[in-house]
Amino acid sequence: MSIDMAQFHQVFFEESFEGLDAMESGLLNLDLGDFNVEDINTIFRAAHSIKGGSGTFGFTAVSDFTHVMETLLDEMRDGRRKITQPAVDVLLGSVDCLRDMLQSIQNGSEVDQADVAEHKLALDNELNNAVPNSPSVGKQTAKASTVLPADDVKQIAGWVIAFSPHLHLLKTGNEPVRMFRELASLGHLTTTVDLQGVPNLYDLDPEECHLSWKLEVSGDIPETEIDEIFDWVEDDCDLAKQPIYQTPSESTPFHGSPEIAISHAVSRVTKDVSSELASSEESEANAADRKNGKKEDAKAAPKGSSSIRVDTSKIDTLINMVGELVITQSMLSLLGEHFELNKLDQLKNGLSQLERHTRELQESVMNIRMLPISFVFSRFPRLAHDISSKLGKKIELKLVGENTEVDKTVVELLSDPLVHLVRNSLDHGIEMPDVRLAAGKPETGTVTLEAYHRGGNIVIEVADDGKGLDKDKLRAKAIEKGLIDADAILSDKQTYELIFMPGFSTAEKLTDISGRGVGMDVVRRNIQALGGNIEILSELGKGSTISIHLPLTLAILDGQSIAVGDETYILPLGSIIESLHVKEDRLNRVAGKGETFLLRGQYLPIIRMHQIFNVLSAKTTKLTEGLIVVVEGQGLRCGLFVDDLLGQQQVVIKSLEANYRRIEGVSGATILGDGSVALILDIPGLVRLANQ
Amino acid sequence: MATILAVDDSASMRQMVAFTLKGAGYNVVEAVDGADALNKAKAQAFDCVVTDVNMPNKDGIELIRDLRALPNYKFTPMLMLTTEAGTDKKQQGKDAGATGWIVKPFNPDQLLKTIKKVMG
Repeated sequence: MSIDMAQFHQVFFEESFEGLDAMESGLLNLDLGDFNVEDINTIFRAAHSIKGGSGTFGFTAVSDFTHVMETLLDEMRDGRRKITQPAVDVLLGSVDCLRDMLQSIQNGSEVDQADVAEHKLALDNELNNAVPNSPSVGKQTAKASTVLPADDVKQIAGWVIAFSPHLHLLKTGNEPVRMFRELASLGHLTTTVDLQGVPNLYDLDPEECHLSWKLEVSGDIPETEIDEIFDWVEDDCDLAKQPIYQTPSESTPFHGSPEIAISHAVSRVTKDVSSELASSEESEANAADRKNGKKEDAKAAPKGSSSIRVDTSKIDTLINMVGELVITQSMLSLLGEHFELNKLDQLKNGLSQLERHTRELQESVMNIRMLPISFVFSRFPRLAHDISSKLGKKIELKLVGENTEVDKTVVELLSDPLVHLVRNSLDHGIEMPDVRLAAGKPETGTVTLEAYHRGGNIVIEVADDGKGLDKDKLRAKAIEKGLIDADAILSDKQTYELIFMPGFSTAEKLTDISGRGVGMDVVRRNIQALGGNIEILSELGKGSTISIHLPLTLAILDGQSIAVGDETYILPLGSIIESLHVKEDRLNRVAGKGETFLLRGQYLPIIRMHQIFNVLSAKTTKLTEGLIVVVEGQGLRCGLFVDDLLGQQQVVIKSLEANYRRIEGVSGATILGDGSVALILDIPGLVRLANQ
Repeated sequence: MATILAVDDSASMRQMVAFTLKGAGYNVVEAVDGADALNKAKAQAFDCVVTDVNMPNKDGIELIRDLRALPNYKFTPMLMLTTEAGTDKKQQGKDAGATGWIVKPFNPDQLLKTIKKVMG
């Protein structure tokens, strides 16, 4: 039977990465003074699974590497080895190395052998450090010495086996008949049963085995094959086996009375059996390794498509929903077959049921894409550990709301911006311990990473109790860099916003941890690309809080539909500030700069939708007759001139780029209830478009 | 056809075992750990159990011990998937009532050969 093992590789990689994450967080949380055996067990189990899987799927290098880690962890688990910080650090390094190895294999790229060798050496050193690993050395020499002389095996004509199961043998699920069938597959088998041990009927326990057998199997059968059959029961029976040699002059000792011979033979044979078993196991394992090794060379792991792990309860809900939907659908089609007007109420009921089920189905499907934010948060304890030890700071990282769920795409894209923010907090936010003490703060700084839902959004906050932002310093820097005028009047909020400007960096000197100059503006751009926004609050000496607001999903949008002539467009609800009729005296035409209108003392540009999209059927072209919708996007405000507001609805976003091409001012499209297509507007794009 | 309960906390190993056994015509039910397996074994009768040893929520050895105590599983073949080269785990498994073991790493052919050994 040939099975393509490559089909399991993707799952193996995913679970291995999860296992590595578990090892990492386990190691980081390990309190050396007071730990639980279960803590070590969890770490051990992850290493053990990766070793088992990598061996089975042919990644020998990985399983060899993990083997050393496993041995180390096993000794720690058993209490044979003291757990020290250097050992934990070596293991953490190995986790990284292993992750790189697996990533390289997954991507089909070259494994960094030097790195692997370096970490393996560190592991080996650690392993040989406290407890010399003598048992395994001893075992190996023992194995090597038990190879039988070849000519012993050669002229065998068959075997005589005396097999007396212990009473409990059946209770291990082993079955003599099955063993005999296996023996019979090796050569001609004759069995002689010994009924002497069977008690009388009243004393007979039907679950016990009272029989014993004399088995004769003919053929040139290697002893290992016989051993393999009785391998599992060697402790549950008395077993003696003796080869029958081909030379007629040699007699088999069992020809007389096998029962007597058994008792002499048992101890010797079992000893031979166990040592030989060990050697056969070893050679099998080697053979398998070699085979698998070749396979690994020949075939680089394919780059898998992304997959998602879903709680089965979510799938069950989905199946329930579909069931409901099917029932409603059949009810409706039954109604439709013989429809009369007096059934109108029934129809309306059915339709509202359909609507409800569809909405619920939609929610359940969206729910499947939801992952707990812990997928992103989980990497931060390590980051905090590494950075704080590098900088000599004392930092406690608090994670709050790790189970808050977000769309998978958001989770993936959120990772990098968050790393940047947390790094900033650790590096620039939290002060050195002596500075903190001098300022009357606890020596250990706290960075809190919190996620929670608010409305249709998810909010993620990175808060630190560090030194906070110095407004004067920010201002001076911005003036120095020419980002603002020296006499610009800025509110607190606007001052903090300066750090999001391109080319702004407040660090007095650049470090390799953060502050490489590509900072916050990139973070903001990434967050905005996800349809979110980012805000900063700070108090000098007390700390800073950066909050990110993101939509729960990128696939569905809360939209406001607007009408321009026969066309319908969708505006993201979050971008709308207000809508109003504008009076003639508030309008202002600026030569060469288009039209503006006055809104509470501020002039806003007007974008005529019918002009931008060339809609000829527009109801009116007079600004005073239509509606102005005031919208905001990426700090730009403007008024969109439209015919009318239609209604609010959730729309499913279809990519224009994937189906057609990118169009400035349009972020996607959706299909409306009547089957027509409506474009979803992109406010910053529209503003750019209008300025051209 | 016989139904086998395949227990492993590692999804890739579990899938590989299940896929191999299904390919050979067995019915397979998967369980993610010992506790899950025990629940499933109580709800449905299995002709054979193949279980990993190191698992959270009840390891393979405890699972075998618990199953053996159930009247339905007194004589059911139960195999452990083990990477332990040492005899420790094997012995613990035997004491708990395991029928036998399959040493990791193993390939599908070795798995089927062993399953046939206990299933006929």
